[in-house]
Amino acid sequence: MRAASPLRLIRKYLSIIATILLFVLAFVAASLKYKGFGTLQVFFNMLIDNSFIIISAVGVTFVIISGNIDLSMGAMIAFTSMLAAALTENLHVNPLLTIAIVIAVGALIGTALGAIITFFKVPPFIATLAGMFMARGLCFLISIEAISINDPFFRAVSLYRIHLFGKAFISINVVIMLVVVLAAIYLAHFTRFGRTVYAIGGNEQSAMLMGLPVNRTKVLVYTLNGICSAVAGITYAFYMLSGYGLNANGFELDIISSVVIGGTPLSGGSGYLVGTVFGVLIQGIIQNVIAFNGTLNSWWTRIIVGLLTLMFIVMQRAFSAIKRKGSTSTFEMKSE
Amino acid sequence: MVNDRVLLQMSNISKMFPGVKALSNVDFDLRAGEIHALMGENGAGKSTLIKVITGVDKPELGEITLEGNIIHPASPRDAQKLGISTVFQEVNLCPNLSVAENISIGHETIRYGFINSSDAKAKAKQLLKQLDVDIDVTRTLADYSVSIQQMVAIARALNIDKTKVLILDEPTSSLDAYEVRKLFDVMLKLKKNGIGIIFITHFIDQVYEVADRITVLRQGKLIGTYETNTLPRLKLVYSMIGKELENLDSLSKMKGELTKRTEVEPFMQVKALGSKGSIQPFDLEINKGEVLGFGGLLGSGRSEAAHLIFGVDIPDSGTLTVNKKEYRHLSPLKSILNGIGLCPEDRKTEGIISDLTVRENIVIALQVGQGWFQYIPMKKQYEIADKFIQSLNINTPSPDQLIKNLSGGNQQKVILARWLATHVKFLILDEPTRGIDIGTKAEIQKMVISLAEEGKAIVFISSELDEVVRCSNRMMIMRDHQKVAELEGDKVNLEEVMQIIAGRSELEKA
Repeated sequence: MRAASPLRLIRKYLSIIATILLFVLAFVAASLKYKGFGTLQVFFNMLIDNSFIIISAVGVTFVIISGNIDLSMGAMIAFTSMLAAALTENLHVNPLLTIAIVIAVGALIGTALGAIITFFKVPPFIATLAGMFMARGLCFLISIEAISINDPFFRAVSLYRIHLFGKAFISINVVIMLVVVLAAIYLAHFTRFGRTVYAIGGNEQSAMLMGLPVNRTKVLVYTLNGICSAVAGITYAFYMLSGYGLNANGFELDIISSVVIGGTPLSGGSGYLVGTVFGVLIQGIIQNVIAFNGTLNSWWTRIIVGLLTLMFIVMQRAFSAIKRKGSTSTFEMKSE
Repeated sequence: MVNDRVLLQMSNISKMFPGVKALSNVDFDLRAGEIHALMGENGAGKSTLIKVITGVDKPELGEITLEGNIIHPASPRDAQKLGISTVFQEVNLCPNLSVAENISIGHETIRYGFINSSDAKAKAKQLLKQLDVDIDVTRTLADYSVSIQQMVAIARALNIDKTKVLILDEPTSSLDAYEVRKLFDVMLKLKKNGIGIIFITHFIDQVYEVADRITVLRQGKLIGTYETNTLPRLKLVYSMIGKELENLDSLSKMKGELTKRTEVEPFMQVKALGSKGSIQPFDLEINKGEVLGFGGLLGSGRSEAAHLIFGVDIPDSGTLTVNKKEYRHLSPLKSILNGIGLCPEDRKTEGIISDLTVRENIVIALQVGQGWFQYIPMKKQYEIADKFIQSLNINTPSPDQLIKNLSGGNQQKVILARWLATHVKFLILDEPTRGIDIGTKAEIQKMVISLAEEGKAIVFISSELDEVVRCSNRMMIMRDHQKVAELEGDKVNLEEVMQIIAGRSELEKA
């Protein structure tokens, strides 16, 4: 029995290590350059400001690992937060019941999209694009105006601060996000569902021939993503205390690029949720740097995120080339 | 221990694919504790039959019973639940998962809601040990060679506890002799435990080694089910290929037409050329003015040998001597520069460039040989195209017709013209007559012989044995990725060739 060599472990986790390293380096560099950047609260603020993005990115990570794609998240976040606002403000539904209804609706839409993709063999790009238009349209069906949330429960959750390590604090959204991430790690690595998701991303045809429940799992992946979008929508409602049809515009692409920067290749079959969290946080750092600098145009975020996404895709190509080289050398060793 | 209890019964199975009847009214039965070989050439319907049993394809007609109960497997998952476990042709596993995950996935033990990984690893290790494979099961599958992956696929199939029927579709194609031995040991053990095994292979020796009964399919039809020890090898080959003994005489007479050559001038000498896992080292002389046939069943290594010679695949041993120069290996470009041409087996994907015109398809190899900077003038291009359209009798309205609009036979002639235009000295024809009507077939065969008469060296590969025999002066016979015999002159006759393919090796005798 050969123990896993440290070198091999590094190779296995290379892309995720690169992501975390990039985050740490960027944080240290920004802390040295800008006074007041290198504090725990700045880091916590990144978590507070990006919890809903991370929650949604977690769902999409599963979709991408399974070798598929989803474009509906931004619109779904807008729609579900709008729905939450409308239910509590206009219909005076109990806030907890509101949350339950919103999550159920998210799950339902996700399942419907997954079923269309799986059973009617509609390319996921097209199906979820349609889902995106639909969800965005539904926002305006609820209301053309923004709805602000005055429900005492929502306000209380929104304003609640959990103090950690002295003065620094996080919000309830961060706690929700951490719970979602932990649950997702459990699902991905310790359940048959998670294994099957990776298997489908590796080779869908093989997974089918191996007797795995491919169709069911594909639908469930979209159900899970629908739930994540809905939870993201609720945390977004906590964060903004309002719902509006034009909110979260274009977020789906920010989310996908975070997943890629987090080390999950768009071709599927591999990737880690921790990577996704740091992928989002790297975008958070860039936004914070621009805010601290004060003179930079906020569009620099886009430019840098674009460059990073490209860089990580190229890097993943290079890594897989290295891996392939590594494996051919084992071939030679075997055949000799 | 074969008992007569029928485990799996398939009756009257028919399966249509668009335009083809893949299976027509096939009956098949598998007994408990039996190894049942399923034999047939490519397209015979073996894999389709397996897909029907495992629920990948649904038959239009027919009934499957397992232990007396009618079953309708809708997916491989369904079939597994019923106790039918399968190793499909090619390795069908997930390259991104670890070996242990590949073996355990779908059957993991769950403890407190968590997958028990250490249990999965231990189980994978133990299953692989049965097959005498000792590897690190935590590494990803893609890190291992194809033969190890094949063993992992087999280990996975063995992992399923309630297996009653085990299907092995070409499990030995990438295994070496020792690994095959190990697999057979396991198969014999499973057989003792009353499991029924369906074994598909094109290795005849292996069938006679382990199979209790043999079922032969040909073109989607059941030819027969035989007890292995009552079926002579020769008869097995006949029934797979579909030639009756009586027809043989008349065919060998046709062969007399071939002109015999007394003096030959060598064009290429091949010494101990081989590639691990694809073909065992072989010697061969290729002479000018001679048609050299490659014979053997599908998968015996005919095309692989051609690819090694031409340089599509790089050999790992041996040398080639051509034009008095010795090479470790050639490449397609080097081959072309040495006057060697290859008409590949798969005309549609490897031969023609379907969106170019007839003229462009003819001129392209000549242009490559000259380098892209010496552009062949348009007038010359038309001259060349017209010349070959006439001399090869290519049926096309004009040289500017897109080649994809031509019939298969005419496409084949265009490819032939492509190489003739480059003034090749040595032409390898891999299945030049596949899917071509009889008339054009004869025309191409005649063309092959007349090219040899002009002094070109020709290698002719075809799965229609009688065709190879009719055209060739000399034949190399291949079996199980190995050159087993070389025949010359009168010995090139169908009966002789079939006997060698069936297992009587000339080289072994010598």
